[in-house]
Amino acid sequence: MSVDTATVRRVARLARIKVTEEEAGRMTHELNSILGFVEQLDEVNVDGIEPMTSVVSVKMKRRSDVVTDGQDPKGVTLNAPLTDDDFFMVPKVVE
Amino acid sequence: MTDLTALTLAEARDALKAKDFTAVELTEAYIAAVEAARSLNAFIVETPDIARDMAKASDEKLAKGQGGALEGIPLGIKDLFATKGVHTQACSHILDGFKPPYESTVTANLWADGAVMLGKLNMDEFAMGSSNETSYYGPVTNPWRRKGSNANLVPGGSSGGSAAAVAARLCLGATATDTGGSIRQPAAFTGTAGIKPTYGRCSRWGVVAFASSLDQAGPIARDMRDTAILLKSMASVDPKDTTSVDLPVPDYESAIGKSVKGLKIGIPREYRLDGMPAEIDALWQKGIDILRDAGAEIVDISLPHTKYALPAYYIVAPAEASSNLARYDGVRYGLRENGSDIIDLYENSRAKGFGAEVKRRILIGTYVLSAGYYDAYYLRAQKVRTLIKRDFELAYAAGVDAILTPATPSAAFGIGEKADADPVEMYLNDVFTVTVNMAGLPGLSVPAGLSAEGLPLGLQLIGRPFGEETLFSVGSAIEQAVGKFSPDKWW
Repeated sequence: MSVDTATVRRVARLARIKVTEEEAGRMTHELNSILGFVEQLDEVNVDGIEPMTSVVSVKMKRRSDVVTDGQDPKGVTLNAPLTDDDFFMVPKVVE
Repeated sequence: MTDLTALTLAEARDALKAKDFTAVELTEAYIAAVEAARSLNAFIVETPDIARDMAKASDEKLAKGQGGALEGIPLGIKDLFATKGVHTQACSHILDGFKPPYESTVTANLWADGAVMLGKLNMDEFAMGSSNETSYYGPVTNPWRRKGSNANLVPGGSSGGSAAAVAARLCLGATATDTGGSIRQPAAFTGTAGIKPTYGRCSRWGVVAFASSLDQAGPIARDMRDTAILLKSMASVDPKDTTSVDLPVPDYESAIGKSVKGLKIGIPREYRLDGMPAEIDALWQKGIDILRDAGAEIVDISLPHTKYALPAYYIVAPAEASSNLARYDGVRYGLRENGSDIIDLYENSRAKGFGAEVKRRILIGTYVLSAGYYDAYYLRAQKVRTLIKRDFELAYAAGVDAILTPATPSAAFGIGEKADADPVEMYLNDVFTVTVNMAGLPGLSVPAGLSAEGLPLGLQLIGRPFGEETLFSVGSAIEQAVGKFSPDKWW
């Protein structure tokens, strides 16, 4: 499988990364090189093989359903580039 | 007084306990070494004030005969680990100005044991790279040079700053992380020791995520003993990481020097690549001979799915990365580039904040997870991963205790040398190491010799799950036979 520039632009849009025309062209070439490399996986017979979900065979740990953290809006917004009264600020999203 | 930075971690620890010198004196020696080596670009942030305060506190404990396992020991911390109130950016522009109000579990364990922080270490952006050239802060220079040449070489990556700082004696040890080889490959390129422990051995809490099913933290240090000492402090059982495994942490140091007599060492035939440099092959043979002479039993084994590990990795790792890196949105932390609406803000912030390699991997990951391609790529890769793990399980079930391979297919290369190459050519650096992450196993990189050009080369030991102690015993048998390697100081 290989991708064209239009696909790269669509994927970049999905990934929320703006790409210039020049970048899209270069990335098309690079992505195709990587996709060409991974194509060899098609040789492997995976019939009846379970996909891996965990590398170590342990039971997922459970914890009590209690609040262990929170009540720290200052800490949460500490590193935000733009805040107002402990709220994150974004461009208007509701008309 | 002799140069304090010449001592190993174990020697410095014992000397501090014996009060031969103070933690402040040791720390001052390292602060001076770090300042004198700025041309290497290994440290991107120096924290001498924090280091002095921590060293003073250590001296007070040591004076009372108290103190932890690493009391007064100066360390460097990879920029991927959250350090409270101190620059933590995964060497990316997108985390511009980020200072976490919390501490990673691994570094908290080190400070609880008395270690001293010298600063934050350079790395490939978000740990994506094999040469430390993708860092927003520029490449790290390997303290090693080819004989008779002053060309600057890469230290490997992604933990290039960690490996270079340890090799140049700018710290007694360093934290590092390994998703596809990022501890073992730079260790091999710099003549240092490094271990990627079994998945789940070190907590991932507070470590900036790249590919969560593959990421593991581990140490890089000057020798086997120092690496074992550091791993014991870094590892823990952590309720904050659900993949942290509930097993007590053994005393790895006691495995150093233990006899390897009767151990079965597997030699996987699939690691003998076409076109592998003769000196890598010779190094591997030397390792085999050393272990045989030490009484180990050498057996040929087969890991038939080896060649598929790297292509499967380049589906799984970017897929997980594209998901993990979705959090960098220009709103909650880091770099923000304004836009006409919120989507424009996201797109502009991410376009400016991520470097080329990170963008490439996010796009690949987004593509292989997108509707219509998920089964063909991601699901198939996870099935191949099951087969890769099964190969190892069969070898271990047949009685193999550890597996010996080369660590890298070559010695360190020049900075900029692969700049115009295909991205896949850089990825091939991890051909021997990536299988271990795919299977969640422990892997140790042992300095084993020098190339014809005078550059360090490493061997890799792969263990059973939680078989780190066996790796340290076998690794120290190799170390004992070949000695240790350090670069001539030119910086």
